[in-house]
Amino acid sequence: MSEATKYETVVGLEVHVELHTNSKIFCGCSTAFGAPANTHTCPVCLGHPGVLPVLNKQAVEYAMKAAMALNCEIADISKFDRKNYFYPDSPKAYQISQFDQPIGENGWIDIEVNGETKRIGITRLHLEEDAGKLTHVDGGYASLVDFNRVGTPLVEIVSEPDIRTPEEAKAYLEKLKAIMLYCDVSDVKMEEGSLRCDANISLRPYGQEKFGTRAELKNMNSFRGVQRGLEYEQIRQAEILNDGGLVVQETRRWDDTQGKTFSMRGKEESHDYRYFPDPDLVRLNISQEWKDRVRASIPELPDARKARYTSEYGLPSYDAEVITSSKKLADFFEESLNYTKDAKAVSNWIMGDLLGYLNANSLELSEVKITGQGLGEMIGLLEKGTISSKIAKTVFKSMLESGKLPQQIVEEQGLVQISDEGALVAVVDQIISANPQSVEDFKAGKDKAIGFLVGQIMKETKGKANPALVNKLLLERLKA
Amino acid sequence: MSITIKDVEHVANLARLELSNEEKEQFTGQLNAILKYAEKLNGLDTDNVEPTSHVLPITNVMREDITRESLPIEKVLLNAPDEEDGQIKVPAVLE
Repeated sequence: MSEATKYETVVGLEVHVELHTNSKIFCGCSTAFGAPANTHTCPVCLGHPGVLPVLNKQAVEYAMKAAMALNCEIADISKFDRKNYFYPDSPKAYQISQFDQPIGENGWIDIEVNGETKRIGITRLHLEEDAGKLTHVDGGYASLVDFNRVGTPLVEIVSEPDIRTPEEAKAYLEKLKAIMLYCDVSDVKMEEGSLRCDANISLRPYGQEKFGTRAELKNMNSFRGVQRGLEYEQIRQAEILNDGGLVVQETRRWDDTQGKTFSMRGKEESHDYRYFPDPDLVRLNISQEWKDRVRASIPELPDARKARYTSEYGLPSYDAEVITSSKKLADFFEESLNYTKDAKAVSNWIMGDLLGYLNANSLELSEVKITGQGLGEMIGLLEKGTISSKIAKTVFKSMLESGKLPQQIVEEQGLVQISDEGALVAVVDQIISANPQSVEDFKAGKDKAIGFLVGQIMKETKGKANPALVNKLLLERLKA
Repeated sequence: MSITIKDVEHVANLARLELSNEEKEQFTGQLNAILKYAEKLNGLDTDNVEPTSHVLPITNVMREDITRESLPIEKVLLNAPDEEDGQIKVPAVLE
């Protein structure tokens, strides 16, 4: 890394997010993922002559919602432009996009890296249509085109060059993803391509104001890939600069398997897209009333929830950050609190047992059956002493798999804690008489011997004995 | 600013047109004549005129987010130069 330390890294990200409307942005074809090739196409999205696009209102509102959640100013007047280029993924030979009057501009989001908060500017958010999907065949001499994705509504979110490290880039993407999920405008699945990211990266000596020459990175298919691609490029550019060379302004493709970036020959010699207003689409006037209505539909966002969790429930900042990073997890947390007042206990179970289980098995929260109600009620049973903390682990595991409520699990499996002195005395006496050596050890001053006896009692009661009561009864007898 | 042969070659390349030398000469002259004609607009005072992005005085034409039936795959592929497994087969464009 010493190569890179002389230079400051400057990164700007362009993120495309697919909006999860039912139909495409300019026609009624379905946007569902995974249909047989070209079965979700029609004369409009195939670019046949004489057809007219008609704008999907829901796509506009999702874009407004996303722009508002990213603190953008929303345009009063917006319009659509044609971006002209020839490539087999685009049947019209132009993409309908927005050039100089995007839906939103001048926004920002706050990210947290190494415990410090940093604000990243959002230059703009605009609405456009997605392109088709190409698969290269015949040893690279031919391509197969699937136009199902053509016309899926996208927002392109362009950041200011405010990002300084690959870690910040990853934090920015994670925050963006969380905000899109909270707003419910996209599925944001990078593996299905509903979130895609290109990065502009350049280096400059510390203290220099002017930006260095940048490279544009493409084909990074995961947040980790973005981070690794930028880390690689940081070193590559530093080596060129250290050798007295010049970084070439170009597009480079990230190869995840090789862990390297490669120069791509430009698909257009120069980026000469010759934008002009699309005459098929009329102007969009966004009234204050419309903006207000969309703004009212935005739920509490991750930052606001995080602040509330620390102030209202006293959660540590780290716990609040982790829980609010996913809307589903935050909703789960809040549902639990309808059934118990102990927010810290809920947080502990989520941070430890729940996330531990999900991570260990590479599962999403939606793939396990436990409910917030289940966790809340289980904590209630613990508080009342109905179950021991050891039994709680068993109940928790059972809830993950069956989704049953804890009371039912406890009853079905006979897991109720034995807190009845009469019932425990017999077991305690039995263990004492069966282990005279341990009793002698304890009397000789070896306090550890009591642990063995407690263990035997727990084993005998299948973990159901109330530990505090067991200790009390044992000590009474051993000290008698 | 007048159009040169270089500009014509650039635009032709972007439009994937192969032009002969005579055509390049011819289009350079024609494009310059068109631009010169449009230059007349520079003589007008447009300080208080809003830029026109569309000639129709209507705004906000939108549809509800409802899906419609797509075209049957046989029809989709009618215009394809070649096909394989329901996909349109084209020569690869090198990246």
